[in-house]
Amino acid sequence: MELAKDISGCGIAGFINTDGERISGVDIVDAITLMKDRGNGLGAGFAAYGIYPDFKEFYALHIMYDDEHARKVTEEYLERKVHIEQHGGMPTRPIKKKRPIFFVYFVQPREQSTKGESEEFRIEEADEFIFKLVMFINENIDGAFVISSGKNMGVFKGVGFPDEIANFFRVDEYKAYCWTAHNRFPTNTPGWWGGAHPFSLLGWSVVHNGEISSYGANKRYLEMYGYKCTQKTDTEVVAYLLDLLVRKHGLPLHIVAKIFAPPLWSEIEHMDEKDKELYKALRMVYGGAMLNGPFSIIVGFRGGMFGLNDRIKLRPLVVARKGSNVYMASEESAIRYIADDLDEVYMPKAGEPVIAMLTDEAYEKVYGSKERTYV
Amino acid sequence: MYEIDARGVYYRDLNAKIREAIRNHHKDIVLHNVCGQYYIGCGLNDKDVKITINGVPGNDLGAFMNGPTIIVNDDAQDGIGNTMNGGKIVVYGNAGDVVAYSMRGGKIFIEKDVGYRACIHMKAYKDMNPTVVIGGCSGAFMGEYMAGGTLILLGLTRKDDKPLTGVYLATGMHGGKIFIRGGVDEKLLWKEAVVVEPTKEEMKKIESEVKEFCNLFKIDYNKVMDEEFVKVVPKSTRPYGHLYIPGP
Repeated sequence: MELAKDISGCGIAGFINTDGERISGVDIVDAITLMKDRGNGLGAGFAAYGIYPDFKEFYALHIMYDDEHARKVTEEYLERKVHIEQHGGMPTRPIKKKRPIFFVYFVQPREQSTKGESEEFRIEEADEFIFKLVMFINENIDGAFVISSGKNMGVFKGVGFPDEIANFFRVDEYKAYCWTAHNRFPTNTPGWWGGAHPFSLLGWSVVHNGEISSYGANKRYLEMYGYKCTQKTDTEVVAYLLDLLVRKHGLPLHIVAKIFAPPLWSEIEHMDEKDKELYKALRMVYGGAMLNGPFSIIVGFRGGMFGLNDRIKLRPLVVARKGSNVYMASEESAIRYIADDLDEVYMPKAGEPVIAMLTDEAYEKVYGSKERTYV
Repeated sequence: MYEIDARGVYYRDLNAKIREAIRNHHKDIVLHNVCGQYYIGCGLNDKDVKITINGVPGNDLGAFMNGPTIIVNDDAQDGIGNTMNGGKIVVYGNAGDVVAYSMRGGKIFIEKDVGYRACIHMKAYKDMNPTVVIGGCSGAFMGEYMAGGTLILLGLTRKDDKPLTGVYLATGMHGGKIFIRGGVDEKLLWKEAVVVEPTKEEMKKIESEVKEFCNLFKIDYNKVMDEEFVKVVPKSTRPYGHLYIPGP
């Protein structure tokens, strides 16, 4: 028998060009594929920002269907709820395995036909409208899952190695100013198409290496605010918590990082009075949103990307810069493979977020508006 | 000199090529275009073999190694010298987390910074006594569960916004010695360890290791030795002896 070792541990990678220059998917596929051995073929995926410039005003729903029936039911629901500007099957290449079918819909909320529905789905709160729509489909329509729902962005994911999934979704043919990628080694939950990373809601997407031991507590906390955890994987809660804390509660990202990875009580004791008060308050108010367990995550959002480690750094994360490009990955080699002569390479400290944003000029160019939102 | 182009070579194939070169009596092996290949030098025994790496080697560099010298002309990733038994690793750059994880013998010299948990559970037995010299700064949990050996932290890259090391220093440490140049804030220490002054004999050990470090990286020895060193040692050899069972 050949002696073999499973090099367990997921791999993550991401990069952003803060000037908003759109780059093909080839580089991100190369970076994540270099860390192929960090996964085992049971999940891979990509999130891409800025890929639908012609439809940037519309929510791009990437929907995964088990079968034609699920599609029919979902499309009937969508037609009732939203204006569909355009839709179609997502471009794919043949793959030698049983796989779901994927469709993309560019939609906007529209006037509801009954008073009850109009009160529930309020056209003037477009993000909330789409959030409710996504939750409804994921929870109630058998065999249909919305895998991404943001504007001018999309998620491509499934069961396979990163190069296989990239080839299947023709990731090389898209151009994005920000890409994130994941290579999965599932440990506690099944390796199914919906369970691959990134997990996404509205503009948020999350790739994660590690495990969220607080999944149960986070799930119950989120359920109080109408979030339904339907994907059978811990990382799902991170995407929803971001949406809750930033979109609904209006918290800045660096505070969200301190909610996810709070300083230990013993560290808070040594802080000055002002910080002590802040961190105590965060721990008391947002205890249900704290992420326990080892993690490194890369979060994509409208206009930026951020990386974060758990508070005692039990998973790897390397950050690098070169000109207006910011890179993050589980291993330095993955970055060096696609970008040499880096200006700076470092490993961020535990619980310290690294946030990279589009410049104001680039944001306006990509999204056609000066006013920044995260979703 | 025997050169291997590692560009695009899978880690298993690269390690097989290295072993084959050693079987063919090559002593000076140079790897070019290395990018993330794991386990380079793993389990090699030949004391007179030298492997020079151009590029970033992957995790667990020199794991279980027992003799050779590895020179890395770039940054290294996580887990270098994992359970290493003997030999030497020199890194002309930074290294990642868990440097010298469970290391049991030999030497590691790192020019710049290292990540978290450097020298976690490093150990010593009789004449096996590993030494690690870190030229830059270190992340938190340095010397965690350390059971033996010598760790010297120089902090040459230290700045106002870049601390020498982090919290939970020497947590669970129950053997070995950590020497820190320029002193250390006792608040960082976990309760199982104390800061004391090195003895004369220990200063000799520090001097000889720092001399080797300075020769490798072309650094002014006198300038490095200009600051005082402190020693971090465990209070007891069994810090958790009474954690679950009340003591006498």
